[in-house]
Amino acid sequence: MKKSYQEIVQKNYPKENVLTNAIIAFISGGIIGIIGQILIDGYSYWLDISTKEATVCMLVTLIFFSCLFTSLGFFDKWVNFCKCGLIIPITGFAHATMSAALEYRKEGLVTGIGMNMLKLSGAVIIFGVVSSFIFSLIRMVVGLL
Amino acid sequence: MIYLNAFLFAGFVCAIAQIILDKTKLTPGHITVIFVVLGAFLDVFNIYDQIILWAGGGALVPITSFGHNLTHGAIHGYNTEGVLGLFSGTLDLTAAGISAAIIFAFFMSLIFEPKD
Repeated sequence: MKKSYQEIVQKNYPKENVLTNAIIAFISGGIIGIIGQILIDGYSYWLDISTKEATVCMLVTLIFFSCLFTSLGFFDKWVNFCKCGLIIPITGFAHATMSAALEYRKEGLVTGIGMNMLKLSGAVIIFGVVSSFIFSLIRMVVGLL
Repeated sequence: MIYLNAFLFAGFVCAIAQIILDKTKLTPGHITVIFVVLGAFLDVFNIYDQIILWAGGGALVPITSFGHNLTHGAIHGYNTEGVLGLFSGTLDLTAAGISAAIIFAFFMSLIFEPKD
């Protein structure tokens, strides 16, 4: 009984087309990369600032628009279609933060938004900080030798 | 030319992530964490700086640049302030991104209704 159920599940499990998904992710991620480069060039040209400051402006712009599109409701469909093409760029970080904040806003300001906003994106911050601490310790030790 | 490099590098990172997502049972959360750690690792011997010179915005947009900036800040903090700089410098360069995400998400979640 259990085995036949497993077989039915296997048969009806939607087959993900790996190649198509990878190509879609390649194109959408590449377009985000081009947008980033255009924004960096535009900001450093029009605002007359250095490339480093233009990079920060570019990241804030991308985060702003992915938060806005998530709260307007259509960014979820884009993420479902492009998958990693939008999850791996910084837009995915903003999307995770924004959708957690929207989902829990019913539960109040502190217990809802405050406690749950970084639920999904907290992993990125925590593992990033811990790993960068370990790697810079390694770099420090290598530099001392 | 840098636009082509940006397209190729950002697309390459996303395609690899998509293949890992499809072939294994890892969730998107695992994948982003893997790429952050990878970016932090690539900065140890300044490999990622070379990639940024080559691909420009294409290397700054993916989440790997988040890890790169964390390690970069920590090493810069160590060079200027000593061991204490490892703690105070880590979030220096990424602070703008994290703060922007938190601030925009907070105010927009007050304004907008969730849509299903």
